Amino acid sequence: MKELPKNVVLEVEHLKKLFPVFEKGILFSHQTGSIHACDNVSFKVEKGKTLGLVGESGSGKTTLAKTILYLFHPTSGQVFFEGIDVFKTFRSKNKQDILSLRRKMQYIFQDPYSSLNPRMTVADIIMEPYQIHRHIPKKEWPIRMYELLRLVGLEDYHSERYPHEFSGGQRQRVCIARALAVEPEFLIADEPVSSLDVSIRAQILNLLGDLQSKFNLTYIYISHDLSTVRHICDEVAVMYLGRIVELAEVNELFESPRHPYTKALISAVPTSKPGQKSNRIILPGEVPSPINPPLYCRFYPRCKYHIPICKKKDPKLEEILNKHYVSCFRGKEKLD
Amino acid sequence: MPRTILKIENLKTYFNTWAGVVQAVDGVSLEVKKGETLGLVGESGSGKTVTSLSVLRIVPRPGKIIDGRIMFKDEDLLRKTEKEMQKIRGAQIALIFQDPSTSLNPIFSIESQLIEVIQQHQKLNKEEAKEKAEILLDIVGIPDAKLRIKDFPHQFSGGMKQRVAIARALSCEPSLLFADEPTTNLDVTIQAQILDLMRDLKSKFDMSMVLITHNMGIVAEMADRVTVMYAGRVCETSSVNDIFLHATHPYTVALMRAIPQIGTEKQKLQVIPGNIPNLINPPSGCRFHPRCKYAKSICKMKVPELEKVEKGHLTACLRWDEIKKTLLKERERAA
Repeated sequence: MKELPKNVVLEVEHLKKLFPVFEKGILFSHQTGSIHACDNVSFKVEKGKTLGLVGESGSGKTTLAKTILYLFHPTSGQVFFEGIDVFKTFRSKNKQDILSLRRKMQYIFQDPYSSLNPRMTVADIIMEPYQIHRHIPKKEWPIRMYELLRLVGLEDYHSERYPHEFSGGQRQRVCIARALAVEPEFLIADEPVSSLDVSIRAQILNLLGDLQSKFNLTYIYISHDLSTVRHICDEVAVMYLGRIVELAEVNELFESPRHPYTKALISAVPTSKPGQKSNRIILPGEVPSPINPPLYCRFYPRCKYHIPICKKKDPKLEEILNKHYVSCFRGKEKLD
Repeated sequence: MPRTILKIENLKTYFNTWAGVVQAVDGVSLEVKKGETLGLVGESGSGKTVTSLSVLRIVPRPGKIIDGRIMFKDEDLLRKTEKEMQKIRGAQIALIFQDPSTSLNPIFSIESQLIEVIQQHQKLNKEEAKEKAEILLDIVGIPDAKLRIKDFPHQFSGGMKQRVAIARALSCEPSLLFADEPTTNLDVTIQAQILDLMRDLKSKFDMSMVLITHNMGIVAEMADRVTVMYAGRVCETSSVNDIFLHATHPYTVALMRAIPQIGTEKQKLQVIPGNIPNLINPPSGCRFHPRCKYAKSICKMKVPELEKVEKGHLTACLRWDEIKKTLLKERERAA
């Protein structure tokens, strides 16, 4: 157990996840390096709030989320959920403890097309968590299942259908219902709307918002779409090559970003206002490979504000203003 | 006065499937003027891509163009023979596909894929064609073009592949370019690079462009005029300013309100209820009526035609006049 500050539900400390890279030798393969998918990440999430994780593909958002839930085994670091050491619990192999922890933390996967078993009916899919956790008597299973269906905006008759009979938006609703079946307190939503159409997207985003206020849920919302992040998050962490480069309250981050990467990322989003020419910052080049990244600032090769120290030392995530963390040597300056 | 380069009239493309006839494109009319960028907007399944494939007459089977006229530079493309079409495809009308990783052939080098297109349409020998290919790669911003031209598609990242696809589309200096969601699979910072490149190249090569997308932000930035499609039909066509500020079709209005804006604070999004209709058995009358909050009984019966709201602003709604007034009131109240 660890005493967490008041209101803090989840605390991640120096979390690291490396994936080894192997090369085939003559007889044996040997490790040539590792992918730093998630490197020394620390943050806290408060009860009932939403933390947004943004970044381009390959920045380690999904790895971070899956490692928090021990779906990937961490290389090092610690995660505390309501004071409980998550990794220690899972490593202990105590089935009772693991199940009670899993019940509190749930995951909504990115792609509703591949995260539902095509051979199970919706009723089976939503009732499967009941079979595993057995937290309510069997008689109540169908009653709860219908309640959940209605909660996420589906009808009773949908329960007998198979996933292929549903559209993408409806499938995502089924995924949300399944995650809610165990009455979790904490949900990780991994790009829940990125494969959906614009008009359906708004429905799912509103649903997530309604559920949060109804059950006082805590979310980690992963997305590369910054405009949806602005809509549903309270705090935002920007990731680049496995690191958090900036972490701040949502309006603060969007209105006065300090890290050059965040600036470029926000300016790159097309604004839906014709005639308003954005002062877009075009980043040269692309995200470098996360295999054996440099020991100095990882954004250095694409940064136009770099100074000599950027190529010598690795910046740390520091608090420059109240609750505004930046990992940049020039974070305190206002760069233009 | 800019001349019209492409005019589609009442285009109908149907797919005969086992389950029934899918009316993917059902009476689409639109127009592209010389030198402009037309944004073609709609959700998946609204017929944007099929429209562009119909223009090039490469609709995959079992799709068939049933009816309509496609006037390109005052000639009807639907009356051309296959041989004549081959001379137009790539040379005069080019297409950039949605997914760069599947539109390039994985077993040929970039060099041979570019040379193939160039030699198909221009009388150049292999050396000259290669030189041209290198210049093209340089124009689209691939560093070390001379070395990278020997590479295969898998050695390029997504953004680089899309640059190669753009180079291939531009190789014969087409006068009309269809870009089918060119940045959908790319990250935002790469998307910004590609959009910038396309804007530069459009003025450099003096092209007209049809930009197919569902991202309203891209439309606002790139397009001069916009055509909004829903369930195989055109809802509204107008200048980009009018679409964003004075849209009259209920679908366009609802679509605008359903998009989260990066510049605004946390608030509830307005939702379009229901789902996109099945095009095998589309709703009668106006196809948007089951999801429309302004729908009346007449909308179920009568198919709306494109009507003129103002000069250059067409809308396909039976009740646009009333809706326009209500929207004006709503906007005044909001302001």
